[in-house]
Amino acid sequence: MADLVLAKPRTDWVGIGFAFILTVVIVVPMLVVVIWSVSNVWRFPSVLPQEFGFKFWQMTLARSDVWSALTMSLSLSAVVTGLSALICLPAAYAFARMEFPARTLLFFSFLAGQAFPKFGLLVAIAAIFLQLNLIATFWGVVLIQLVGTLLFMIWIPVAAFQAVDRRMEEAARDAGAKPLRVFWSITLPQAAPTIGAAVLLSFVGTFYETEGAWLIGAPQIRTMPVLMISFINNQPVIQYAAVLSVLLWVPSLIALVFTRRVVNSGSFARGFGA
Amino acid sequence: MSNLSISNVSKLFSTTLAVDDFSLDVADGELVCLLGPSGSGKSTLLRMVGGFEIPSQGSIRIDGEEVVHLPPEERPTGMVFQSHALWTHMNVFNNLAFGLKLRRMPKAQIREKVEAVLELVGLGGYGTRAVTQLSGGQQQRVALARSLVLEPKILLLDEPFASLDQHLRERLREEVRDIQQRLKITTLFVTHGQDEALSMADRIVVMRDGKTEQIDRPDIVYREPQTPFVAGFIGTMNLIEGVVQNGVFSKAGYSTPVPVADGPATLAIRPEALELTVAGENAQGQVHRVTDYGTHGLVDLVLLDGTRIKAMVSHPDLFAAGQGVSLAPKAIAAYRDNVLIHRVALGKDTAALRQLVDA
Repeated sequence: MADLVLAKPRTDWVGIGFAFILTVVIVVPMLVVVIWSVSNVWRFPSVLPQEFGFKFWQMTLARSDVWSALTMSLSLSAVVTGLSALICLPAAYAFARMEFPARTLLFFSFLAGQAFPKFGLLVAIAAIFLQLNLIATFWGVVLIQLVGTLLFMIWIPVAAFQAVDRRMEEAARDAGAKPLRVFWSITLPQAAPTIGAAVLLSFVGTFYETEGAWLIGAPQIRTMPVLMISFINNQPVIQYAAVLSVLLWVPSLIALVFTRRVVNSGSFARGFGA
Repeated sequence: MSNLSISNVSKLFSTTLAVDDFSLDVADGELVCLLGPSGSGKSTLLRMVGGFEIPSQGSIRIDGEEVVHLPPEERPTGMVFQSHALWTHMNVFNNLAFGLKLRRMPKAQIREKVEAVLELVGLGGYGTRAVTQLSGGQQQRVALARSLVLEPKILLLDEPFASLDQHLRERLREEVRDIQQRLKITTLFVTHGQDEALSMADRIVVMRDGKTEQIDRPDIVYREPQTPFVAGFIGTMNLIEGVVQNGVFSKAGYSTPVPVADGPATLAIRPEALELTVAGENAQGQVHRVTDYGTHGLVDLVLLDGTRIKAMVSHPDLFAAGQGVSLAPKAIAAYRDNVLIHRVALGKDTAALRQLVDA
């Protein structure tokens, strides 16, 4: 009898190569920023800083404008995401479950905000806001950033609601639940992981949004990204911007951890129609 | 004590008539199967009883009370869905307790009822399991338990075993039938599987294009189908199109007495009712293929005009491809214009007559 030889799985060197290049392209710039943020002295042509330390962290965090920008960014992101959820989730449910005139046209209209050059759109909106006295106001920035969240907060929840098995809802009604209870106890929990991903994307997207916040909010409203731009433009010390960059990664990291959880369960992919 | 009465119910979806003037009375504790091919309207009918579709016309009464105007949550029905439709964000216990909580039942009583029903379906101790951790058969039992725990007057089963494998399906249908008989719960069961209908139902409703073809006990539906559709749909049936002249049905060299008026007719013969004898020159057909199933054999025959029919034989080794055979049906039915016009179980005395006619 011939010996049974198990085939050894082949090593995918091309794939490993691509993964390595991708990692280098992403990780190296991040590493440079992190090193800059913890270097007290780093002069050319030295490859590594002459002196490591948290001097610039202390100096950056001691600045009142950094804390007010951070507070502003967090409150803007929270308000915009909350409002967006309030407006978009019922709309998404309607798009997913109801038939009404011009439904498809309205649905695709949410793409319009992403289909044209954004800065042109912002300038046009700024002109209107100027007449409405919304320039350099908190609510002006909220409104402009709200536009940016519509795509995520409509399209992903629509897919989430569509993915909920109608038979589950019917089974709940069969068990005695009225439509509102069915939505609360069955539909929403079933769609929740995907909607959670959409909410998080909106929060992070708003947190990093720069053009709208700068064009509509400046000079009174200063968010973290706007502050970072001013640091890069006006401060000769690179470490300030580096520290701010590292601080700005925090929401991304949280988003990444959460997204990884929902990606594993397949909900995030379902949100994009997979 | 619960009975269901469906009277003259129709359902129109834009221009398609899914259910057409359907009437049925289901007695207390009876299990009635709605059997038919896809698109015959059986699921639509079940959904109308459950309140998920509103009839275009007609009346549905449970214990004499009209329920057509009631939403699903107010009907005394419990539905088990084909896809199980279990709530995956809840564990087994919460799936069963959901309806009881809505009825504001005390916690201790909910726990007691849920555990009792889980025991009934053979899932005692599974309350804390996530439904996604269960096998297909276990999920189906949870779905059944979720309906039973609410003690509905009418249990509605919508192809509940369709997604399960053959072995599991056979086991579960016996269990469901046992539970249904033990609880004496009035049940309407939709299936397109004739085995399921024949093995479980007190009565079968055969549906086609939204209409009733036949309502009868399973043995009668099988042995005395009232239309060629029922004859062809339930079990295997040889349907031979031919002509009756002077009381004799004939088709390409094969003939048998059918005492009806002259005209076209469809002869229906079950494979198990067709006896074969090896013949020489006077052969009425030729063996095309013989399949040995161990317990019996199935002979594929070709009549002289190319019509294919089947015969079940107890000794398949007596037959071989290419052999000439003559046919001796033990029972036949004849249909004209979709109506049964003649049925007879042919005995030995008629065999002589048949030979005479054949000659």
